[in-house]
Amino acid sequence: MTAALRFSNLTLGYERHPAVHHLDGEVGKGSLLAVVGPNGAGKSTLFKGIVGALRPLAGGIERGGLTVRDIAYLPQIADIDRTFPINVYDMVSMGLWRRSGLFGGIGRKARDEIETAIAAVGLTGFEDRAIATLSGGQMQRTLFARLLLQDADLIVLDEPFNAIDAKTSADLLELVRRWHRERRTVLAALHDIETVKAGFPQTLLLARTPVAWGPTAEVLTPENLLKARRMCEAFDEHAHECAA
Amino acid sequence: MLYVWLIAPFAEFEFMRRALVGSFALALGAPPVGVFLMLRRMSLIGDAMAHAILPGAAIGFLLAGLSLFAMAGGGLIAGFLIAIGAGIIARTTALKEDAALAAFFLISLALGVTIVSVRGTNVDLLHFLFGSVLAIDDPTLMLIVSITSVSLVILALIWRPLVIECVDPGYLRSVSRAGGPAHIAFLALVVMNLVGGFQALGTVLAVGIMMLPAVISRFWARDITLMIGVAVGAAAVSGYAGLLISYHANLPSGPAIILVAGALYLLSVLFGPVSGLVWLAVPRRHLEA
Repeated sequence: MTAALRFSNLTLGYERHPAVHHLDGEVGKGSLLAVVGPNGAGKSTLFKGIVGALRPLAGGIERGGLTVRDIAYLPQIADIDRTFPINVYDMVSMGLWRRSGLFGGIGRKARDEIETAIAAVGLTGFEDRAIATLSGGQMQRTLFARLLLQDADLIVLDEPFNAIDAKTSADLLELVRRWHRERRTVLAALHDIETVKAGFPQTLLLARTPVAWGPTAEVLTPENLLKARRMCEAFDEHAHECAA
Repeated sequence: MLYVWLIAPFAEFEFMRRALVGSFALALGAPPVGVFLMLRRMSLIGDAMAHAILPGAAIGFLLAGLSLFAMAGGGLIAGFLIAIGAGIIARTTALKEDAALAAFFLISLALGVTIVSVRGTNVDLLHFLFGSVLAIDDPTLMLIVSITSVSLVILALIWRPLVIECVDPGYLRSVSRAGGPAHIAFLALVVMNLVGGFQALGTVLAVGIMMLPAVISRFWARDITLMIGVAVGAAAVSGYAGLLISYHANLPSGPAIILVAGALYLLSVLFGPVSGLVWLAVPRRHLEA
């Protein structure tokens, strides 16, 4: 199995303080990986590193021949201006950027795809609704429809089911499974251990340093979870330079 | 009767026709830019930019006298420098755009005042501050119309990244590098339209034809394309009505245009179908579903 992502002694952080420390390993092509860990464990930081929004302090990330533009990324806190006068249809159609670019037209086929994506997330009938009128769950469905259109081989989802009800989570999780069946590589930061056990074959348990990484059942043991929970969250202002 | 009031002034006097064409050109170019400024919460940036342009125009005036192209060129250069500088700083450092621009335009303004006083010339910059739409000559009209044309073409080119960057800048960054250039080009549009506007309305009121129609449009439409249509319409109506009022009542024309836009704004705040105060004050029964 070739690697979609390979981390080599990867350290990511802010102002020289590491938030993800000495991560080694690879994510196989087509794998479905849950990234689990307490708040402040470095999950979002790792994802920012993967999509190129954060430059590594040390070490590196190989993206298996992909550029950062080929990655579909759903951030945890998207800085979306919800008051902007744009409707669901136009919002979803942004997912076509890679194909349509700056000036490319959106033809009949593309319009069908947009309709299909909107239907796939259960928002048919919402096309003309301004995004300002959407609920949190409807907004997340809209963003998933956009992800569908991005048609990416590597999809990175940062806490996609936060503050989302059970029905919506189940619907969106079904899309994640579909991506997995389509042999796309999917990484998702998650908090609900049951969701992970039920749907994600691989898990990385992160607590600033990797605690365990492998098949979900072997990673999510009570000992490992306890170890992750003991992680120290605060930066040490007087930390020495890391020798490793 | 209606003819005498509404059409005759333009039929009889060439300067009125020129002023009308100039106003319509400004109404096409500036309000769409204003709509984006408003949606990006940069409504006051136009004001800052207008101040930033003034010193450049003053330098042009000192070097070449009351030459249209020296002043417009100086204004454009000063405005572009500040727009680009502030844009780059906002995108690369922790400073937000408004703060970056505030710093730059104050420096620019102080620099301009210094240059003017060192030269010790008693410069007549009144024309600059308040403009004179009735004194538009052919070269000025050409300049305004050219600026509007170029501005509309550039806006069409950067439309998609600009909209996406307003809604979801993180997404645009993740799929494209177009955000930065589009952002800078947009700031350049602000500068261009202000330079076009200050020939007719002066630096201060040029901001008015950009921002007032934009703010008006928020009360009439929920969709950005429609908003831009409303803004352009409001600006054109303001230009036409303002010129008529200034002609019949013998008032200064620039302020008359902006005052008409101001009146439209107040009407919109009260009666605009999108969140107009009157509709909020008279709540109607809720719907079934």
